[in-house]
Amino acid sequence: MNEPDNKLIHAFGALAELGHEITNRNNFQETIRTSLHLLSGALGIRRGAIARYSRFAHELNMLAVRALGDEFPLTLGLTTEDERQFLAVGLNPIEVAQARVLPFFQVYDASFENKRLELLVPLVVREEIVGAIFLGEKATGETYTSYDKDIVCAMGQHIGVAIAQRNLMAEIERRSEENRQLFDEMRSTYHDTVKAFATAIDCKDKYTEGHSVRVGKFTEIIATELGWGPDETEGAAVAGYLHDVGKLTVERKIINAPYRINAKESAELNKHPAVGYEILQPIHHPYTDVPLAAKYHHERLDGRGYPDGLYDREIPYIAKIVNLADSFDAMTTDRPYKSRRPAIDVVEDLHRNSGRQFAPEIVTAFLSGMFKELNGDDRGRRFRRLLGRDYMEAEGLAEKIKFTLNELAPTTPMTYVAAAGIGDQPIL
Amino acid sequence: MSAQTADQVSTIFAGSYINKLSGEQIEHECRRKLDAGCRELTLDFSQTELVNSIGISILLGVIDVAEKNGAKVVFSEMNEDTVELFEMLGLTKHVTIQ
Repeated sequence: MNEPDNKLIHAFGALAELGHEITNRNNFQETIRTSLHLLSGALGIRRGAIARYSRFAHELNMLAVRALGDEFPLTLGLTTEDERQFLAVGLNPIEVAQARVLPFFQVYDASFENKRLELLVPLVVREEIVGAIFLGEKATGETYTSYDKDIVCAMGQHIGVAIAQRNLMAEIERRSEENRQLFDEMRSTYHDTVKAFATAIDCKDKYTEGHSVRVGKFTEIIATELGWGPDETEGAAVAGYLHDVGKLTVERKIINAPYRINAKESAELNKHPAVGYEILQPIHHPYTDVPLAAKYHHERLDGRGYPDGLYDREIPYIAKIVNLADSFDAMTTDRPYKSRRPAIDVVEDLHRNSGRQFAPEIVTAFLSGMFKELNGDDRGRRFRRLLGRDYMEAEGLAEKIKFTLNELAPTTPMTYVAAAGIGDQPIL
Repeated sequence: MSAQTADQVSTIFAGSYINKLSGEQIEHECRRKLDAGCRELTLDFSQTELVNSIGISILLGVIDVAEKNGAKVVFSEMNEDTVELFEMLGLTKHVTIQ
C-alpha cells in the first residue's frame, strides 16, 4: 500500500472516531479536547487549539490547547472586519501568511509567530461563526497539502457542529431559565392579587377582619397535613383566600348586621357561594378547584348544606377542606352576636360533626397539625400565630385533641349518598 | 503499560493498543519520570500492534514535553506497521529509533 493510501486510511479512522466522539453525549469540554487530539493525530500536527466564539463578547475563547505554552492567549477579541472575513471565507483553512491581514491577527501576531502557527480555520456553521481552529507545524516539517486541508475541513465541520449544538443547548437552557423566572414572577403576582382580593373581601366585614386570610392559612395547614405536594397545597391556600369572594356583592348592612339576620337577609347572604363561583370561574387559575371551593364551601356531608344540598361524595374535596377551615374560623373568632368559643368546645364540635358536616380524615388532619404544635413536634407556631398563645394553651386542650384523634382514627367514616329511598341516611 | 528506571534513563513499555486511555497513562508516566529528572525516555513498543490518532497526538505531546525538559526520546522495538505510521506522520524525525 502506498503512502497516500495509508494516510487516507489513517485519516478516515480519525474522522470516524471524531464522529463517534461528537455524537456520544460526553462532557463537552472533553469532547473538544479529544477532537483536538484526533485532528492532531490524523495529520501529525504538533500543536494547536480549538476556540469557541462568543457573539455577545465578540471573543474567541480557547476550549482546548495543545503544546502552545502558558503564554498563548486564551481569549482573542475579534473586530467586525474579522467577523466579516471569517464569514466570507467560511469553513476553509487560511494560511498564516494570508491571515496576517486580519485585524485581530495583527494584535496577536507575536504570539502566533512564536508558536509557529501555520493554519487558521474559521468554524462557520449555518452562516454563523461558532469558533476557530489554530494549527501549528506538522511533525514531518512539511507544509500542509491540499489533501491535508481537505481533512482539516472535514474534521472542522464535525467540530463546528459540536460547538453549534452546545451553543444551542446553552441558549435553550438560558431561555428555559428566563421562562422559569417569568413563571415565578407571574405566580408571585397571582398570589399577591389573590391576597389583595382576600383583604378586599375582609374589609367589607368589620367584625370578621382577616377571616379570608385565616381560612387560607388553615386550608394550607390541612393540605400540608394531608401530605399534599407544594403546588396542590398552594392551590388549596388560594381556594381558602378566595372562598368568600361572592360576599363582595352582598350588601354591607347584611354582612355587618349586629344581630342574627332574618330569613330574607339570610337568603341574600346564602347566594354568595354561587356568586363567588360566577366571579372565579372565568379566571384561568393554575389550580382548577378554586371556583368549586367557593361554590361548595357551605355544603355538608349529610346533604344539609347549601347552595345545592350535595352529599359527601358529590362535594369536591377542596370544598370540604375549606368548609372545615371556614367553620373553625367562625367558631374561634368573635362575632357581633356571640363571642369566640373555647378551644376545647371547638374540638368537641369538630368531633361531634365529623361524618355529618366535616369529612373525618380532614378533621383528623387538622387536629393532628394542632396537636403536633401543642406537643412540640411542630415548631412552626402556625396555630399560635392565628389564634393567639393564650387560646392555644387552654388547659386540657392537648389531651382533648389526643382523645379526639384516638376516637376518630380507627373508625370508618359514615358516608352519605343521595339516592331514591335512602334519603339522607348514613350508609355504614 | 509498565516502566523501569536506572541512571536517569527510563523505559516505558507500551501496551498492545495505544488509544486515549492507554495513551494518557503513558503520557502521565512520562511526565512523572521527566519531573523526577529523567534525561532519557525510552518507549518500548514490542507489545504494540495498533496506535490510533489520539495515541499519535499524545506521543507528539510526550516528545514536546521531553524536548522542553532537555530529555532524549527513544522509540524501540516497533513493528513494521508502527514504524511506517510514525514515519508517515513525522514522529520518527524527533526521536531516536532503536
